[in-house]
Parts: sequence; C-alpha cells; structure tokens
Amino acid sequence: MASTESSRAAIETQKLNLWYGTFQALFDVDLEIKPGIITSMIGPSGCGKSTFLRSVNRINERLGYVRTTGSIRVHGRDVYAPEVEIIQVRKQVGMVFQRPNPLPLSVRDNILFGARLHGEPAPKLSSSQADEIVETALQKVLLWDKVKDRLNQPAIGLSLEEQQKLCIARLLPVKPQVLLMDEPCSALDPAGTEAVEEMIWELRGDYTILIVTHNMAQARRASEECIFMLLGKVIEHSPTDELFVTPGDTRTADYIEGRYG
Amino acid sequence: MFEATELNAQHARTEKLYRILFGLMAVLLILPVITILTVLVVRGGPAISFEFLFSEPINGMTEGGIFPALVGTIWLVSVALVASVPIGVAAAIYLSEYAPKNWLTRAINLAIINLAGVPSIVHALFGVGAFVLFFNFGTSILAASLTLAIMTLPVVIVATRESLQAVPQAFREACWSMGATRWQTIRHVVLPNSVSGILTGVILEVSRTAGETAPIMFTGATLFLPFLPETVFDQTMALSLHLFTVSTQVPNVPEEVQYGTALVLIGLVLSMNAVSIGVRTYLRGKKKW
Repeated sequence: MASTESSRAAIETQKLNLWYGTFQALFDVDLEIKPGIITSMIGPSGCGKSTFLRSVNRINERLGYVRTTGSIRVHGRDVYAPEVEIIQVRKQVGMVFQRPNPLPLSVRDNILFGARLHGEPAPKLSSSQADEIVETALQKVLLWDKVKDRLNQPAIGLSLEEQQKLCIARLLPVKPQVLLMDEPCSALDPAGTEAVEEMIWELRGDYTILIVTHNMAQARRASEECIFMLLGKVIEHSPTDELFVTPGDTRTADYIEGRYG
Repeated sequence: MFEATELNAQHARTEKLYRILFGLMAVLLILPVITILTVLVVRGGPAISFEFLFSEPINGMTEGGIFPALVGTIWLVSVALVASVPIGVAAAIYLSEYAPKNWLTRAINLAIINLAGVPSIVHALFGVGAFVLFFNFGTSILAASLTLAIMTLPVVIVATRESLQAVPQAFREACWSMGATRWQTIRHVVLPNSVSGILTGVILEVSRTAGETAPIMFTGATLFLPFLPETVFDQTMALSLHLFTVSTQVPNVPEEVQYGTALVLIGLVLSMNAVSIGVRTYLRGKKKW
C-alpha cells in the first residue's frame, strides 16, 4: 500500500508486538486499515486475529498479564498514549462479540444503554429523544420492522440473529467510527449469517469495519480488503478479490485452498 | 438374548446395596432435625404465649417471659448487619471486579476462606481485646455486634463474590465495549443480576448470627437485665445466652421455659431462612437470562 495514505488510515499499527505472559501472540504487526470500508481478517485458529482486534479497543488489558509494544493509531491518535482516556477509545471503537451478548434488559434499554452512559451532563433523555435513538439504531441494522412491537420485551427472547443485530445497533448511539467484529456470525445459522452479513455490508461507508472470521466464503463475499494472518504475523493484506484470486504468498494460497486451517 | 446373566444379577444386588446405604444416610441426616423440632414444639410449645414473648423474666428467671432477650437479639443482629454488609459487599466487589488477578488477590481470597473457619470463641476474645478494651466501647451492644460482624464478614464476602462471578463475563464485555466504566458496569449490570445471591447469603448469615453465644457473652450480652437497651452502648440480654443461662446457670427453671426459649430462637432462625428462600425465589423469577 502507498505510504501517502497512512495519515488517512482508520487503524494504523507499527511494530505491534503483544505477549500473554511469556507467550508472544503478535509479531511486528504493521497494518493500515482504510476508513469506511470493510476489512476482513482470516487465518487459522490462534493466529492472533482476535488478539489484534482486542488490542485496538484495549479490551485485552482486562486480563492483566498482557504486554504490548509498538503503536496502534486510530484516526491518527495513538490509543496507548498515556494521556488517552480509555473510555473515549471504547466510544470511538465499538466491538461486537462472537456470541451475541445482549444485556439482560429490554430491547429498548439495550439500545439506550450506551446513550445513557455517555449522556451529558446528566443521563436524562426525554422519551421522544429516546424513541428516536431506538428507532434510528434499529433501522440502521434492518431490525426495526421485526422488533418494533417487542421493544419492551427482554432482549434475550430474540432469535440469535436478531440478538446479534441488536448488539451492533446498541453501539451506534455512542457514535463510534470503527466497529470491530469478532466472528460475528459464528453462532448463527446460515440464514442468520446471510442476514447479518447483508446488514454489515449496508453499514460500510458510515463506519470502518474490521471483521475477524473463520469463514473464508464470508470474507470473500462481505469484505473489500482482506488480511491473512499466520502465527501472529501478517502475511498478506490486499483487496479481497486479489487475495482470493491471485494470492501473493504461497502460505495464503495454501490456506485459502484449505491445505491447513 | 436379553435374559439376565449371573453377572447382571450380581451388579443389581450391589446397586441395591448402595442405594439403600445412601438412602439410610440421608434419613439419618434429617432424623435429628425432625427430632429436635418435634421435641421443642411438644415441650416448649405450651410455654409460648403473648405473655412469654412480651414480658420480662421474673423470680430469678424461673417465671415470666423473654422479651428483653428477644429484643436484645434483634439489636445485636441488626447492628452487626449494618456493620458487616456494606463492608463485606464492598470488599467482595473490589476483589471480584477490580483487583488484578495475581498472587496477592489469591492469597487474600484464601485468607478470607480460612477466616470463616476461625472458632467463634477466638472471635470472642478478639472482640474483648479490640472493641471492649482497645476502642473502649465497654461491654455493650456495639462491641458485641462488631464482634459478630467480624465473624460474619468472611461469609458475606464469599457469598457476594460467588454471586458476582456468576454474572456472565459477556455482560461485562458488552458494557465495556460501549465505553462503560467499571463502576457503571457494576452498578447497572453486575449488581442487579447478582443481588438475589447476595441477599440470600446475607440473610443466611443473619440467622447464624442470631444463634451465636460465645462471641457475645464476653462482649455485650448479660445473664440478666430486666430492661430494654436504649442505645448501642448499653448491655443487653440475648436469646442464645438466655437459653444457656436458664439451662445451666440457674437452678429450678421449669423445663417449659427452657424449651420455650429454644423454640423461639429456632423459630426466629428458621423464619429468617424462609425469608431468604422467598427472596431468592422471587428475584430468580425476575432474572431475564
């Protein structure tokens, strides 16, 4: 990739190394992820895709025994700089998990949770404002028509597909610029996967989306650029079509042809 | 081809033997409880009356009621709760939600579990040294309740920590991924979903506290004091100590007074346990996952 684009990268890492205790999970990861597109990360289990994802919003730190060197810049700002407020990082960089994890609240309260956390100065929303936030977010994830009559029911009662859409929708009122998705469809059936993929495709342009997946067909269908990782290193990063049709590295070719995984 | 072989028959006999053995143990376990309750109700039941519950003991405790002891126990338990629950729950939240997962935290957790096993008479002597003498509270409700509080703290902490850890990690990650602070996460998600377990632990502890004798007998409870306490600096009677007194320290106390006192104490404890079960069932019903 051209280095002139570096200043416009949504996520840019330099020499990112990460250790869990004594185990090194990432080796000198240099990546530039372009804003407003969907980038997928593929690679065998344990190659560091999820670890990479989890260091961008610094949720890895909870583990306590994680050590990181190098830098991660989100829209030009180093997220590990000492003056950085971690809450602001998390607001800008939303995360969707492997298993849908709606909070044990109603559909409506799930959507409003983030908005209420960051409400200024007091977390008081008028009910019409709240209605608007809920409708906008649910419209955006193509869920509004399905759940508009069930807004006050527990979110746990939705189907897994709906739950995962809800988990994406509840990030939106916080107004993130980047959405990290850690195998968002792996708990869903094929129909649910397709629906969620379609929905994610609709979100591109408004958000920078980085999606980790085990499913190569999904990466191929639903991303514009693709990153292949192996044993903690980035092997290849190119437009998705290119990576799948004319992989630049034999290890990438072997992986996408299913010789290991 | 499906007939039993000799080996099958042998296994079936062994099976039966163990089943009977385990069943017998289960019966042995509940038998004493049923016996105690029956004896208490039969022998102590006739003593229970409005007058027994709400009047003072007279005539060297051989007649009259147990009102000061009943009130004293309620005082002791309430003050102990006020002291131990906030501290215990806060400590558990720290250990479960904030403390780094390192050897120090593990050591503290281990120490707390061991603390729960310290004999109550040791707590009693600690209470005398710390609260009665060092802090100079004298023998008073305050000193006795604080001693009880110290004794119940480990159990409150363990019960709370277990309830907190039963809340799925995914809920916390969901909150963090929206930029919630730890406290916002605890306040809005973790605590509402663990309160049933915490309450159950606390109420069970209360019932245990109500029956303790050793920790209060040197620190604030008296054998005989026919007045109701007015402040936490007063001494008081207590049901458990009163039972000890009328059973062993005073001659010629009618049997029904002894059994009646025991019945009231056990009734108090069991009704608190019932409340605990009720609260847990109610809150579980409200859980949404």
